[in-house]
Amino acid sequence: MSRPSDTSGTSGNGSPRVLLDPTSESRPASRPRLPRLESLEGRTVGLLDISKARGDLFLDELEARLRAQGARVERYKKPTFTKPAPVDLRHEIATKCDAVVEALAD
Amino acid sequence: MSDAIESPPLPDGLVAVVKRDCPTCELVVPVLRQLAREKPLTVYTQDDPGFPGDPKAQDDTSLRVSWHHEIEAVPTLLRVESGVEQQRTLGWDRAEWEALSGVAGLGPELPGFRPGCGSRSVDPDLAPRLAARYGASKLEARRVELAELEDEMEAMYARGWSDGLPLVPPTEERVHAMLGGTTRDAQEEVARVPPDLVPCTVEKVAINAVMAGCKPEYLPVVLAAVEAACTDAFNMHGLLATTMPTGPVIIVNGPIRRAIGMNTGINVFGQGSRAGATIGRALQLVVRNVGGGRPGEVDRATFGNPGKLSFCFAEDEEGSPWQPLSADLGASPGTSTVTLFPGEAPRSIVDQLSRDPEELARSLAVNLRTLHHPKLLLAFDCILAVGPEHARVFREAGWSKQKLRTRLHELLQVPGSEFVRGAGGIAEGLPESLRDATLPKFRPEGLLIVHCGGGAGLFSAMIGGWVNGEMGSQPVLREIRP
Repeated sequence: MSRPSDTSGTSGNGSPRVLLDPTSESRPASRPRLPRLESLEGRTVGLLDISKARGDLFLDELEARLRAQGARVERYKKPTFTKPAPVDLRHEIATKCDAVVEALAD
Repeated sequence: MSDAIESPPLPDGLVAVVKRDCPTCELVVPVLRQLAREKPLTVYTQDDPGFPGDPKAQDDTSLRVSWHHEIEAVPTLLRVESGVEQQRTLGWDRAEWEALSGVAGLGPELPGFRPGCGSRSVDPDLAPRLAARYGASKLEARRVELAELEDEMEAMYARGWSDGLPLVPPTEERVHAMLGGTTRDAQEEVARVPPDLVPCTVEKVAINAVMAGCKPEYLPVVLAAVEAACTDAFNMHGLLATTMPTGPVIIVNGPIRRAIGMNTGINVFGQGSRAGATIGRALQLVVRNVGGGRPGEVDRATFGNPGKLSFCFAEDEEGSPWQPLSADLGASPGTSTVTLFPGEAPRSIVDQLSRDPEELARSLAVNLRTLHHPKLLLAFDCILAVGPEHARVFREAGWSKQKLRTRLHELLQVPGSEFVRGAGGIAEGLPESLRDATLPKFRPEGLLIVHCGGGAGLFSAMIGGWVNGEMGSQPVLREIRP
């Protein structure tokens, strides 16, 4: 016997799996991303060096390319790559920049 | 999805819904040809788009048309005017088909009447999936979409929904199937669940019941348990917040125990029975997820107890010498009920030597005296679960439940010299001002007696309560409604 052709539910191949929220729904299910920038012209982009070897070389190159597209660039550096960025540094980036690139290296 | 939810309009004229896997549908194929010659006719087929071929059918293998138009049997013949159904007939009945179609002399070679077959859209195996697909608007809970690489079991842990054990993912399909266990509307408010006092719908209870592992037929028990737990008398907020090791204990009485396969015998408080293990857990998950009551937050228990995951059992009424607990609490015979009790873990009472009821009552009393502390009186209720072998002693001696309760009450009178603070070199106790009083261990209604457990073992068990009365929690009985 054939199975209903378009009733494969929400867990079929490739389709999103959807669950029903069992909670009071008083907290957001997920934090939405900020809207993407439409252009870099006149925007401030932060470049965060995480203090790994040669990360600065990569960011130098990135800075040149971003400036060529009309962006302002601010450089930041974490004290060490082994720990999360200090709160003050994160706050400064959040207040001054429209976007941020966090560079890995090695 | 919205296309699926919208009801597809039926074309004007005659509409027939059929499937190949139905002898009556095969039988009426010549009649359908006859009708197609005389009138505008649309045929929908549920299983084989090639059936009947002549006349050519519309493909309803998705069952969208059948589901939305509530086709219950095939063949169904409908008459539609301006998109509105005027009339329908189920199965083959020449007189009815002729009256509905206005065409005379249908199927002269056929018998006058043949019952139809079940529509695929009401097939119990397919119905929950179809309801999820086409009736999704009836479920109002927020949809939580999982990322492609997210493991669904881990995702539920990560969102804080779990009590520590794995959960059954609450998909729309499963929640629809769960809601099939009750006649109540999905959006009906069941209770305001502490500690956040959030209005909780039947749907939210169903979602948590799915996660707990319940079958749909358990849902009415879970709903009654949620109602009972969320009363002022039961005081779920206080019971959750207490530092004492107590949580809701659900005792099920009445015919539903057997109907849903609850264990009343061997290992009655233990593992291995799906109904008991999941009904108690569903209540616990409702308090956790809807009410927002979590350990370390509002739940401040010093120790807790393993039964706080799930503690639900049914009484062995058939083997009992006495009327069930529900009758003691005022339920009429034959009704199915839950009784909510604020209980700690069960503790064993061993007595393998007493053969007369007086000896055994004394043995039970000396154990009951120790509940929470032998010098603390009147503040706590208790469930006494009498095992079948102990119950036999009382049955053979003709002791009623009331006689046992009265005798235990007499045996549990404690003189002030034993219970005041400092007595026996123990600081804990009642105020010195009560030294001249004699007080009972339990208030008159504070000893609840049930019969359950396996047939071998001269044991009983006691389940101690939390603070009773206005200050704490009262046992609450609730009838289970379908």
